Amino acid sequence: MARAFTPKVITANALIEGDVIYLTADDSWSRNLAEAELLTDEAHAQLRLLEAEQQAGEIVGAYLADATSGDTGPEPTHFREEFRRTGPSNYFHGKQADTARDSKAL
Amino acid sequence: MYHYNDFDAAFLAERNRQFRAQVERRVSGALTEDEFKPLRLMNGLYLQLHAYMLRVAIPYGTLSSAQMDKLALLADKWDKGYGHFTTRQNIQYNWPKLTDVPDMLDALGEVNLHAIQTSGNTIRNVTADHFAGAAADEIEDPRPVAELIRQWSTDHPEFQFMGRKFKIAVSGAAADRAVLKAHDLAVRIVKNDAGETGYQILVGGGLGRTPMIGKVINDFLPKADVLPYIEAVVSVWNQIGRRDNKYKARIKITVHEHGLDDIRARVEERFQQVRKTFGGHDQRLLAKIEAHFAAPTFRDAPTAAYDLAYDANPMFRSWADTNLTAHRAQGYSIVTVSLKKHGETPGDATSEQMRVLADLARKYGHDELRISHEQNVILPHVHKSDLPAIYDALRDADLHTANIGLVSDIIACPGMDYCALATARSIPVAQQIATRFDELKLEHDIGHLQIKISGCINACGHHHVGHIGILGLDRAGVENYQITLGGDATWDAAIGQRAGPGFAYDEIVPAIERLVQGYLELRDGPEETFLAAYRRLGLAPFKAYLYPEVQANAA
Repeated sequence: MARAFTPKVITANALIEGDVIYLTADDSWSRNLAEAELLTDEAHAQLRLLEAEQQAGEIVGAYLADATSGDTGPEPTHFREEFRRTGPSNYFHGKQADTARDSKAL
Repeated sequence: MYHYNDFDAAFLAERNRQFRAQVERRVSGALTEDEFKPLRLMNGLYLQLHAYMLRVAIPYGTLSSAQMDKLALLADKWDKGYGHFTTRQNIQYNWPKLTDVPDMLDALGEVNLHAIQTSGNTIRNVTADHFAGAAADEIEDPRPVAELIRQWSTDHPEFQFMGRKFKIAVSGAAADRAVLKAHDLAVRIVKNDAGETGYQILVGGGLGRTPMIGKVINDFLPKADVLPYIEAVVSVWNQIGRRDNKYKARIKITVHEHGLDDIRARVEERFQQVRKTFGGHDQRLLAKIEAHFAAPTFRDAPTAAYDLAYDANPMFRSWADTNLTAHRAQGYSIVTVSLKKHGETPGDATSEQMRVLADLARKYGHDELRISHEQNVILPHVHKSDLPAIYDALRDADLHTANIGLVSDIIACPGMDYCALATARSIPVAQQIATRFDELKLEHDIGHLQIKISGCINACGHHHVGHIGILGLDRAGVENYQITLGGDATWDAAIGQRAGPGFAYDEIVPAIERLVQGYLELRDGPEETFLAAYRRLGLAPFKAYLYPEVQANAA
């Protein structure tokens, strides 16, 4: 029996900056996983992946990543996606530092 | 130091111009990612977990001050103010933007550096003994022949699309500091019974999924035959090496499957054909290259300033005892600068630290720097009287950690903090082990002990040849760490033995602590290193410290 479909988000890297991005429900790309569209239907997920791959001028390497529904939006289920969402864990830099700086600026 | 001639400079400028146009075509949409990827990889540009990564070759680990200054400039101008030195004597920038990379490559070109063949199924950056030209036990400086191999292999038309990558290391000393036996091919400068200098050639070494120790395919090759012979080896492998399975494509598998004698016979046959085509050009080129590597003029001066500081300053004494190596010239030392401050990322240097090192090399070190596969920086030619001033400058730049060869001098690959291939983190494990042993104030008592950590089976962190090797894996969605013991990265190379079941992320540091405490109890005395104790006693007594519960249950 095929394994039951688990919820996913579509993630990729931005073509120019190379950083981690997520496909949102309104077809834009967000740097914040919480804003990603959580895909709970397998057929819809495959369709959305095809649509993401069409945007080759903006992104590289789109794929479906396991996610779960959290309080503020989708959250990772595997540690690899946790690091992609947050940045390196050896010291505070990368995405976590950029996000902190951006929210300070607001 | 080798300086580019007009041909080298024109070649690199043209190559960089091509890549700039390729990036433009990718951004405009004229190239798809599938078309662009092999082009960027040929120029050292990867896409990792969080960003692009540019891997710049440091041929045979040698840098001038001007080159180190340029590496610092790249870090400041186009990255986050630091660079990461790797186990292959490269430097990696973890955060460049795609559209900045052509400018970065042009800037590198100004100081004779490039990122060509730092990726892809080609002959990679040639590595060498990091004490080349300085070591007391050296027969001959291995860098001229390494530069010859670099020039021959760069853009070699036969070897651009091989079944897999091919790594070459060169050494000219009695001791092996270049992990020769873990390379696809190694060149070792030796003397025969008649007193002539020649090359011993090893093939079929490699770590990764199937670790193998390199074997001697030619015990004494006349110097003039080196390039045609290497070309014959790579050519034979390129033809018969497996292309059906990338995990069986490296030459170590070809040698294993065909047997060394069969490979040797095929190489000999191919060599007879290839040798005729060289016609002596390579030897004339080598003679010119050798002139670039003439030894500096060493001065004959008193070393009293060193002796004075050594007696007066215990911090300096500790650093000198740990980080200096005997130099071939009277009154000189080789300085290894640790990039392994306790708790920091192994191999990382800030742009400011790079500039300090460049200045020190300019002022005291004949303008030379080296990068070791152990992820440290070396000032190869320093007069002892200058050591106190160097130590003070290193201390001001936080580069004075006295831990070379000790438990905190850990090799760690980038692991899952950066690398797209990683299955677990590597750097934080190294940080925590170093911090823990610093707290215990035990590392000088423990003595020589090499821990090497990889965050996946590809073994960039050389875990197989660590006295203690740690391999990070993904076991059912959580990080899990396997320990191997008894590996050796020297001429007595050995692959470590797996100790038993793996440890969770929060268990691995206590496990290493138990293991090392166990060694302190087991050893014959302070003179017996961890590796020597392991060789004397075998795995069993060490396992008892790693898995105390199992022992308790069995009792």
